[in-house]
Formats: sequence, structure tokens, C-alpha cells
Amino acid sequence: MKTIILQTASNYLLPVLLLFSVFILLRGHYLPGGGFVGGLVAAIAFVLDAFANGINETKRVLKFHPGYFMPVGLGIAFLSAISPIVLADLPIMTGLWADGSIPVLGTIGSALFFDTGVYLVVIGAALTIIFTISESA
Amino acid sequence: MLTAILLGFLFAIFLVFTGKFFRGKFAVISSLIPISLFAYFLSFISQISNGEIVTQKINWIPSFGVDLTFKLDGLSLLFALMITGVGSLVFLYTSAYLKGHKYLDRFYGYLSLFMAAMLGLVLSDNLMSMFIFWELTSISSFFLIGFNNDAKDSRKSALTALGITGIGGLLLLGGAVLLGYMTGTYEISEMLSQTDLIQSHPYYALAVILIFAAAFTKSAQFPFHFWLPGAMKAPTPVSTYLHSATMVKAGVYLLFRLSPVLGGSELWHTTLIVFGAITMLYSAIHILFRTDLKGILAYSTISALGILVFLIGIGTQAALIAAAVFIIVHALYKASLFLITGIIDHETKTRDITKLAGLRKVLMPVAIAGFIAALISGGVPPTLGFVGKDLIYEATLGSQYAIILTALAVITKILLFYGGFVAGVKPFTGKLPQKFEKIHMPSPLMWIPPLLMVILGLVFGLLPSLIESAFAKPITQVMFENPENFQLKLWHGFNTVLGLSAITIIIGTVMYFIIKPTYAKENFIQKLDFIAPKDLMLKGSTAFEKFGKLWTNFFQNGYLRDYVGIVVAVIIGLISFLLLPNFQLRLDYSSLEDVTVYEIAIILMMFAAIVFTVFTNSRLAAVASMGIVGFSFSLLFLFYSAPDLAMTQFSVDTLTVILFVLVLYKLPKYLKMTKRKSRMKHGALAVVFGSLMTLLVLSVLQEPKNNEITKYYAENAYKLAHGKNIVNVILVDFRGIDTMIEISVLIVAALGVFGLLKLRLRPKDKIK
Repeated sequence: MKTIILQTASNYLLPVLLLFSVFILLRGHYLPGGGFVGGLVAAIAFVLDAFANGINETKRVLKFHPGYFMPVGLGIAFLSAISPIVLADLPIMTGLWADGSIPVLGTIGSALFFDTGVYLVVIGAALTIIFTISESA
Repeated sequence: MLTAILLGFLFAIFLVFTGKFFRGKFAVISSLIPISLFAYFLSFISQISNGEIVTQKINWIPSFGVDLTFKLDGLSLLFALMITGVGSLVFLYTSAYLKGHKYLDRFYGYLSLFMAAMLGLVLSDNLMSMFIFWELTSISSFFLIGFNNDAKDSRKSALTALGITGIGGLLLLGGAVLLGYMTGTYEISEMLSQTDLIQSHPYYALAVILIFAAAFTKSAQFPFHFWLPGAMKAPTPVSTYLHSATMVKAGVYLLFRLSPVLGGSELWHTTLIVFGAITMLYSAIHILFRTDLKGILAYSTISALGILVFLIGIGTQAALIAAAVFIIVHALYKASLFLITGIIDHETKTRDITKLAGLRKVLMPVAIAGFIAALISGGVPPTLGFVGKDLIYEATLGSQYAIILTALAVITKILLFYGGFVAGVKPFTGKLPQKFEKIHMPSPLMWIPPLLMVILGLVFGLLPSLIESAFAKPITQVMFENPENFQLKLWHGFNTVLGLSAITIIIGTVMYFIIKPTYAKENFIQKLDFIAPKDLMLKGSTAFEKFGKLWTNFFQNGYLRDYVGIVVAVIIGLISFLLLPNFQLRLDYSSLEDVTVYEIAIILMMFAAIVFTVFTNSRLAAVASMGIVGFSFSLLFLFYSAPDLAMTQFSVDTLTVILFVLVLYKLPKYLKMTKRKSRMKHGALAVVFGSLMTLLVLSVLQEPKNNEITKYYAENAYKLAHGKNIVNVILVDFRGIDTMIEISVLIVAALGVFGLLKLRLRPKDKIK
């Protein structure tokens, strides 16, 4: 499906969609959105790129196999889940929040890291499945 | 004691790394392990004969009452010495018998594994740890029987033996759990004080039957005996060690050990006497029809095990002493007969009794050992066999049905006399065939062990007090609270027992000279095989295998649509079973007034898309219209103020359609692959399932609404979790662990797809 229009468009769409997915991830705590949807949007962004430029090109952009997203994401989620035990002697999954807030991002809490973990796992899993299936002859 | 047991296991592991060393001429060094263990256990004799009991307890899983409790008393010392003693000789013998075998190290590994497991079995006071060691002996026996793993027969026999003894082990576990349930402990020594409680318990009979089944399978009692002749496919040292001297006596040991706990009831004694008697006679008669030396020995071993079970069944002190002494007698003569058979087989390459004769001219020391072994086996004075035989007759004469039981014992003993002489004397007498003239004596490592054992049999016969103080007395102290005093003697004076002994020896000798083993007899008995327990069980297992194949092929046919069909059908069955009997549909039509134009439009769109999906001829179009259904759903979610759900549904549907397209790309173009009939069937299934789901949802709506949970989250989402989006807060905070597990599942799914599709089997790895 290599058309010039799609190829050109996807070159611009990929960064925009990725940015959008991060936006969805970050707004999740107050407004509709979150790590799961964000991850799906990011995955769709890469799939669109793969449709336009071919999987090998997308893989080149990614630099590494999307499967690596999965352990990294799970690790982040796990660390943020156990952080209350380690840092504050509280039960697992207790929300920890930093004092004060940062511009744009707002208050940083352990929930954000957890959601980031979910985001990465979803990208990794979705892309691994789709890439594997499309590569298998 | 723990170290003593672990030594064998450690050596087996050690052999994995140093196999090369032990495979060569240093093999004989490995005998140091059983010899040192033998010396270790020998050092306990004076302590035990003074009536002491040595115990050691190591906590293992105290919360379940499963501990490594080791107890050394008269009974376990007898078995421990037998295991390590016969073990030492077998280890020495093997180094010559299997000299240069490419798997000799492996063989030693299995042997020491077995030795350690068997030691653990007889030393355990805890039924659970005993069960574990019990299973370990079955497993090591499996490896040893199948040692010649390129022979189909060996593998089959190994599997049969494992199957039978494995089932027995499972039943032992059942019996142990029941006993533990009744008494609240797995320690046998603690059960002893609760005998009355156990015997009046409603589960008593069940527990006894389970224990019997375990003992009978392990000790090859009728009708489970058939694995033992099959096990003779193993190399001779294995037959000597496992299938004659030690492992097959584990069942007898179990009965011995538990008879103070479970014994005393009608059930216990009658069953043991009946099964023991059937086994000892049935297999003693079988001896008459065999021409293979090992076959003869196998059946005489089964018969001897029958005698032991029979004696435990009688259960008097005299009977148990007789059993204890007979265990020693049997180990000494049967092990040496097996080793002698091994020498004959090794030198002449045959075990066919009709072809063997005159070997005394070339194998004189072996012939002497064989002759003495036959004397012990036949109970000819002054051997220990004579003492043992007298004790058996005394026990049967003192029992309830003295005449019948004594008659059975005498007949069995006559046949065993015959068997012993055929195996121990016949190959060495007569004229030496020409082809055997060039036979040399084997290495002394092979002929000294049997000679040593039979000489021991003579020494013990002349000095039975050695056995009495070391084993017989301590064992009676274990078995009875107030044992009567007794003395083992070679000479009892002229009495009934002596008369019976004389009859046994005379008839046995006459039989030996009259009856010759021939092929004709062996062929005759093979004609009756179709009613033998072995064939019945084999037919049963073959039928079961066929049934299993049919069953698997029906349910695991590899068609995804059938799997989905079965899953859906089962769900339909379950839901309608629960939902329909009390189902009343009360529809509130007034709520339809709120329906908006948008909603109706979406419903119509979905309906059209579904119809199109079902009837279109293009796969791509079907997938696309399925996507329309999905997007319409996310619109519905949006209308009912669930934007999070809508977003997710939208993205998921996009990806699903992409996935479908990717898969379809690789499939053939045409859509109508299935027959009309099966499509109708699937359609009906789908319609029924859909209707049922509709009913389910409607019935949920009829239930009163519970808003408490929603309210709780709405109130606390910001207060506790600093979030305004409840859905997200639930996902990342309130029910964060769920999310954690969900993303793990996601990863597993992705890895599954990756693994399945990237798996490239090389042609030779492909599963056929």
C-alpha cells in the first residue's frame, strides 16, 4: 500500500500521533484518557507508518524490537507499585504524591509512573503481535 | 542417619560429573559407598540388640506434619543391613559383570539412587516421607529395568513395572492421608498409641485396603505379580538387588511396620492370608513350567513374597519371627542364585535350563555356591534355610486353621525346593556340552559375592543365636508390647515340624529327579496366558489407549471453529440451566420513550452491518463491516457518557480490523469453505447464544440498582487518589493490582503469538 500521499502524510502523522498519545496518557487522571488508550493510539501510529512505508522502515525508526517495551513497561509499573513499601513503609499500590506541582505535568505521583508502565506494555504487546503476524509468511 | 541416606543421592549426582572416571577400570571404587554404609549400620547392632531405638528428626514441612523422621529399630536395621550388604556385593559384582559398558557410570548412578531411596523408605517413621522414598524406589527401578534402552522389551517391561508400582504408590498416599486424617499425625510411632481409635474408625477398612493395594503392587502379590517376571529384562545385578532382595520387600516391610497399628482385625488377617496363600502357590506352580533360569527365580521370588505376606497375615509372634528370619534366608539364597545365574549367562550367553549342564567342570567355585544356595533354599540342615523352614511350619501349626495352612506351606516349600535345585544345581551336573568346554572362570569379583552369601547362610544356620540377638528379638520388641521369650535353634528334637521338614526334602528331591523342565510345558502354560492377569491388564490398557485416542481426536481436532463452538455450547448450557427455570421477563416499555433518533440510527446501522457480514462473499468486506459494528458500539458508549470506554473500544477495534486484514492477506480468497449444513449449525448456535445474552442483560436490568460502589468511587477518587477521572483512578489506583496482572496477561499473549509464529522447527524436530 505504498502511495505517495499516505507516505508523506504518515511522515508527519507519526510524531503528531505519538505526541497525542502522550497527551492522552497524561490527561488520564483528570479527564478521559490514560495509559491503556494512550498505548493503543501510539501502537496505531506505528502501524499506520508501517502500512505506508513498510515494516522494515518502521522497525528502523523504532531502532529496536517493540517487544522490549513490554519488560520495561512491566518493570516501571511494578516498581511504582512497590514504591510505597520501599519508600514510605505503606501497603503496596498506595498512591504517593510529590509536594507542589510542575508546570504542564501537574502534580507528580506514583500513579503516573504506573500508567506509563501500562502505556509501554500496551505498545509493546500490540506491536509485537501485529509485526509478528504480518512478518510470518 | 540423614547423611547416610543422602550419601547415595549425593554420589548419584557426583557421578553425573565424573562419569568418565567411574566408567573405566575405577568402577570398583564406587562400591566403597555401600560398604561404608554397611559398616555404619553394623555399628548399631549392639545398641539395637539392647533394645534401644535411635531416632533423628528434621523438620521439613511442619505445618502439614510432614517431617523427615528417621527411626532405627530392629526391623529397620534388618532391612538397612540387607540393603547395604547385598548392595555392596552387587556393586562389586557389577564392576566385573558390566565391565566396559558405555553406560556403566549411569548404572551406578541409578543403583546408588535406588539404595538411598530404599534406605530412606525403611528408616522413615513419617508416612509422608516414606511415601516419597517409596516413589523414588519405583522410579529408580524404572530406569534400571529399562537400562538396555535400545530393546523394546526392556522399555515395555519398565513401563509396566512403573505403572503397577506407581498406582500402588498413589494408593499408599491415599492410605497415608486417611491415617493422618484419623490420627492427626503422620508419624507411625505416634499412631501406635491410637490403635483403638483407628480400628473403630469408619474409614478403617478403606485405609487398610489402600495400604494393602500399595503393598501388594510393590511386593508383586497376585494379581499384580506380573510386572516382576517382566522386570527380569533388567541386567542381572538389578534383578538380584531390586527385584529379589530389597525393593520388592518394601511392601512386606510396610505391612510389617503397620501391623501393630492396623493389625488384629479379621479384615487384616484374612485378606493377607488369602492373598499370600494364592500368590505363593500360584507362582510356585509356575516354576514347574519355566525353562529360563531367571524366569524360575522370578516366580520363586514371587512365591517367597507370598509366604511373607501369608506369615504376616497369620500375625502371631511365631509367624512374625518366621517372616523376619525368612527375609534373611531369602535374601541370602535368592541373591546368590541370581548372581550365579548372571555368571552363567555372562559366560555361556544362555539362561536356557534345558541347554545348560556339567558346568561344574569349568566353574567349580560357582558350582559350590550354587549347591549351597540350593540347600539353603530347600531348607536342608544345617543351613539357615532349615531354621527358617521350621519356623514357618511352627507358625502355621500354631495358627487357627493349622491343617490347611500347614498343607499350603508344605506344598509351596516343596515346589520352592524343586525350583532352588533346578536353578542352583542342575546347570552344574551331568555331561558338559562341547561348546561350553572353553569357558573360563570369571573375575573373582563375580564369583566371590555369591559364595560369601551362601557361606553366611551356613554360618547363621550353625549359630542361629547371632540372628536371634541381632534381629529376631529386637523385631519382636517392635511388634509386640510384651513379647514372649524364645530361642532360635537348629535342632528341635523329634516332632511334627521335623517330620514335615523331612517330607518336604524327600518329595522335593524326588521331584527334582523326575520332573525335567521342557519347552512342551512352557508352551502349555503359555496357552493359558489369555486368562492371566497380565494379559487382561494389557488388553485393558490397550482399550483405554484407543478410547483416549478417540476422545482426544473428537475434542482436539485442531479446528478453531469447533473449539469456539464447544465453548459457546457449554456456556449456553450452563447459563440456560441457571437462568431459565426461574426466569420471568418483565419489560418496562415506558423507558423506550427516552430513545433518541441517534440511538435508533446506530442500532439500524449495526443491524445492517451484521447482515452484510453474514451474507457477503468477500472476507475483507466482512471484516470491515464487523469493524462498523465495533465503532457503533463505541458511539453508544459515548452517548451513555462513557468516553473512556468509547476511546478504548475505538482504538481496539481499529487494531482488530488491522490484525484481521493482516491475517486475511495470507488466506485463500474464497470465503465459502464450509458446507451449508455446518454454517447453519454455527448460525443457530450464534443466534441462541445472542438471545440468551440478551435475556441475561434484561434480567440484570430487572434487579434493583446498587449505586453504592459508584458513589464510593465518586466521593473518594479525588480525596484519596487525587484524580477526577474515576475510570482511570480505578485502573491505576483502587484496583491497580488487577491492572498489573492484566498487563502481565497481555505480555504473555504477545509472547505466545511471537513464540508460535516465530517457531521454526527443523525437519527432524517436527512432531509427527
